[in-house]
Amino acid sequence: MSWFEKLIPSKIRTEGKHKKNVPEGLWTKCADCNAILYRVEVERNLEVCPKCGHHMRIGARKRLETFLDPEPREEIGDDLEPVDALKFKDSKKYKDRLTQAQKNTKERDALIVIKGQVKNVPLVAAAFEFRFMGGSMGSVVGERFVRAVNTSVENHIPLICFSASGGARMQEALFSLMQMAKTSAALAVMREKGIPYISVMTDPTMGGVTASLAMLGDINLAEPKALIGFAGPRVIQQTVRETLPEGFQRSEFLLEHGVLDMITDRRDMRDRIAGLLDKLGYSTQKS
Amino acid sequence: MKLNYLEFEQPIAELEEKIEELRNVGTDNEINISEEITRLEAKSQSLTESIFSSLNPWQVAQLARHPQRPYTLDFIELIFTDFDELHGDRYFGDDPAVVGGTARMEGKPIMVIGHQKGRDTKEKVRRNFGMPRPEGYRKALRLMEMAERFRLPIITFIDTPGAYPGIDAEERGQSEAIARNLMAMARLRTPIICTVIGEGGSGGALAIGVGDRVMMLQYSTYSVISPEGCASILWKSAEKAKEAAAALGITSERLKELGLVDEVIDEPLGGAHRNVDRTAEVLKATLVSALEQLEAMPLEELLAKREEKLMAFGNFTIRTK
Repeated sequence: MSWFEKLIPSKIRTEGKHKKNVPEGLWTKCADCNAILYRVEVERNLEVCPKCGHHMRIGARKRLETFLDPEPREEIGDDLEPVDALKFKDSKKYKDRLTQAQKNTKERDALIVIKGQVKNVPLVAAAFEFRFMGGSMGSVVGERFVRAVNTSVENHIPLICFSASGGARMQEALFSLMQMAKTSAALAVMREKGIPYISVMTDPTMGGVTASLAMLGDINLAEPKALIGFAGPRVIQQTVRETLPEGFQRSEFLLEHGVLDMITDRRDMRDRIAGLLDKLGYSTQKS
Repeated sequence: MKLNYLEFEQPIAELEEKIEELRNVGTDNEINISEEITRLEAKSQSLTESIFSSLNPWQVAQLARHPQRPYTLDFIELIFTDFDELHGDRYFGDDPAVVGGTARMEGKPIMVIGHQKGRDTKEKVRRNFGMPRPEGYRKALRLMEMAERFRLPIITFIDTPGAYPGIDAEERGQSEAIARNLMAMARLRTPIICTVIGEGGSGGALAIGVGDRVMMLQYSTYSVISPEGCASILWKSAEKAKEAAAALGITSERLKELGLVDEVIDEPLGGAHRNVDRTAEVLKATLVSALEQLEAMPLEELLAKREEKLMAFGNFTIRTK
């Protein structure tokens, strides 16, 4: 303790580490600018740091909650539940991993689909729950996505998908790989019918999800600084044994390389997507 | 050609070595040892049969990667005639990890596309160990769309550890290239037959693997991730590849059981590399008959069936509310 600290009355002395004395959950720290933020304010700001604009990860349900108009809403495919058809077991049983993930997230699987409206424009919105086994795509995710596409096609309304996923779900082995083919095939039919699909890639979108439904938007959007790619940075590093370029596999890098149409701030998402859809013929004014 | 033996084939290798030694001795020895050789050869045969009748998935994975396993160009030469290799994606370059072009199968024009690995070190590097970059997938798509225009059926051979995980591949849109192929292949208005001939490595394999008929050579593998990759993620140790291979169910037999592939093509005893001609013969017969069946179908029905098949992939239960 320095002489100066000794002078300060013990009441206003702090330990230097903020965490210790702060009640759980009231404050949060921005991972990017390290600013200490009031949790309620961050939530109001859609999990975007009010100081630096860093986009923190946001849960699927909250994402859809804030993206869609309050009414009407109808969840699609929520009756589908995952099964462990292969009796997959690594250090843990897949069945137990599922139970754990379901308990932690209160979701049945990693994709949530809701038919609703954005600024009175009817559409289907899907969002990946990254906290559910890394947002990995297994059979239920694939089937729910296909049902989202089918709902769009049947109702002639646009589809928006927010992806956040580590890729295919290893515990479902080749079944999960085939979900790439299945979801892409559904999108192919949708494209032929001329119904718009906007893909929004959020942090992180990797592997089999990027290499199927995420890259197939008529318009591909991404949130700022999201990690987006096919192979993970560590795998690439191990393969090429070179330092990866600055900002590699981040949204800005992808935009520069021609893979994305634009980068959109989460707080502008509703306006931007409504504006795009309006120009594609899906406007708020009902004819 | 001298055979390369895998670790689990060592007992066979030792026996074969003994036979070889005896043969050499035989020429300058008056004792008649031909009987002994015949006896040992029979023993080698039955030993091979017994080893190959109970291979575990990890051993099959090693066979699928066997350095002497026939590759796409080997099969093209043995199955087709008049192959014209067509190069380039028209955007960026030509990827030697993917080969393709027009050819004839029993006189009938087809489009063939496949992953290509290299045999010697120099060739391996040139072919990037069979790991395509985006331009490889875009070349494949260009050829497939051409096939559709000229009503050529498409035959693909799958043999890749996976799409190349490199900086340049990511920069040029590896994910987009794969995704676009998946979308396009679902709707191409021509029959597509895909055969896994060696390694079916994840999205890099699937990107030329969506079709009306998906087949596997007996000792090929098809997996969402390599056993080593899976082991290092889920078991935190690449040493557990054997366990991962078993859990992933990567063998043709298992995948046929699960309904994920339509047909398994038997290989000669000891694997395709022991008798490449015979393997090609059986593969060709299977391709010809599959194509006959697909071509007998009206195009709309073919496409509807393909869609139905893709949509049926998956396992889940439906909860009653």
